[in-house]
Amino acid sequence: MLKVRNLESGYGKLRVLKRISLHVNPGEIVTLIGANGAGKTTLLATISGLIPARAGEIILRDREITRVKAEKIVELGCSLVPEGRQVFATMTVRENLVLGGYIQHKKGNREFLRELDYIYELFPVLAERQNQLAGTLSGGEQQMLAMGRALMAKPALIMLDEPSTGLAPLIVKNIFAIISKMREAGNTVLLIEQNAKAALKIADRGYVLETGKIILEGPAEALLANRDVQRAYLGRDLARP
Amino acid sequence: MTAELFIQYLFAGVTYGIIYAIVAIGFNIIYNTTGIINFAQGEFVMLGGMIAITLNALLPLPLAIAGAVLLTMLVGAMVEMTFIRWLKSPSVLRMIIITIGVSILIREVALHIWGEGVRSLPYFVGNEISTVNILGARISPQVLWVIGVCSVIVIALSLFFRYTMQGQKMRACAANRTAATLCGINPKNMVTLSFMLSAGIGALAGCVMSPITYTEYDSGTGLAIKGFTVAILGGLGNSMAAVAAGLLLGLLEAFSVSIVPLAYQDVIALSILLLILFVRPHGLFGRKDAAGLKEF
Repeated sequence: MLKVRNLESGYGKLRVLKRISLHVNPGEIVTLIGANGAGKTTLLATISGLIPARAGEIILRDREITRVKAEKIVELGCSLVPEGRQVFATMTVRENLVLGGYIQHKKGNREFLRELDYIYELFPVLAERQNQLAGTLSGGEQQMLAMGRALMAKPALIMLDEPSTGLAPLIVKNIFAIISKMREAGNTVLLIEQNAKAALKIADRGYVLETGKIILEGPAEALLANRDVQRAYLGRDLARP
Repeated sequence: MTAELFIQYLFAGVTYGIIYAIVAIGFNIIYNTTGIINFAQGEFVMLGGMIAITLNALLPLPLAIAGAVLLTMLVGAMVEMTFIRWLKSPSVLRMIIITIGVSILIREVALHIWGEGVRSLPYFVGNEISTVNILGARISPQVLWVIGVCSVIVIALSLFFRYTMQGQKMRACAANRTAATLCGINPKNMVTLSFMLSAGIGALAGCVMSPITYTEYDSGTGLAIKGFTVAILGGLGNSMAAVAAGLLLGLLEAFSVSIVPLAYQDVIALSILLLILFVRPHGLFGRKDAAGLKEF
């Protein structure tokens, strides 16, 4: 589905990503964990075309997208749910979702609004609030709206940037349950999280990013059991052997 | 004041008010998608009138107006594509100064093409002396045209922004540019579209008002100041507030004639502009906290 090879990226003189390679297979949930400043958000922004890659290549469904513009990448089937939700605050929930489906509308899919039913089924609270302004929603509801908006584009790959940030534990649980449900519905997910435990629990595979480099990768269970990961990201204080 | 005189003033106020509102809405459309004040907005109004007058020598009036609106939209698109589009992350101040430059450029080009003469389109119905009797007051039918066409523009625009995909895309860009890009919308195209839309409605307003206000190469400047006052008075970016503020200013100007000499009309608008900038820069209807989040 997605292949990233030796990707380098950054801002100005700052080199944030240093030769990153990773891949996501169809139907998988892959998670990328790492501390603040490791380059997680930069990686997603580079894949989605919001910031240009300096070197390396990004391949989405056998097509190179390294230099493709952000709005075009959405069309090719890769949607990003950005950090901090970024909903259209001055527009209603329904308008937000309809705009999410703009790519389908553009492709001539006259029935793109049918997707709304699926979104409302996945997030019943959005159906209740469809005529409310997005800016008036709670943080958790805005996160759901941002996810729903990305799903409206019917992406082959959906990338989530820290969906749990700033949310109450109960809502985080709910969000992660929905991400699992998205896989069951056939979506492929690349999930970036600081909440390593929750992310690894629902993921198939995982990568650990530290200061712009991938230092560990493997099946999610293996990473959960890994002592270094436990110490650094799961907050478990283990006596050194 | 007699009832007839009152209605006379009322219509004069509403006519000018709604013209100011249209110019202010032109400011708002571009402000919403880019965060800049396009000071060439008044020039679009002037161009609409001037081009229609020229075309009207060859074509029937409705065609001349349609042609003028289309050509002005083209000018709007060209202004955006030549001066704004290629700038990489420009500062708002730089873009505003560019629009001031563009307004001077358009004015000078207009001076060369059309000269200094004052022109006007013919009255759409009847002539200078034909009147309609409304509650005892004598109102020129052109006044009703101005009020009618401008009202249609305001309503059509609000329907456009609410119910069409194109309008929603423009609002999305205004609300959150990054998120709009992530929905597959090209924000640069939306900016071009906003310039075309502002130019088009400005030109249409310029055509309908031409028979009563006349058109000359620099008539855009005064309108831009009035329109800017109204846009600020209502709260930048809010089109319905612009209509209310426009009517308020128009009526104030019209009724002031009964108290102070006509020459003071512009003083009123400028005093309001200064007062509002000092006391309530977020406008009468704008919210202070929302204004604080913007760059201005």
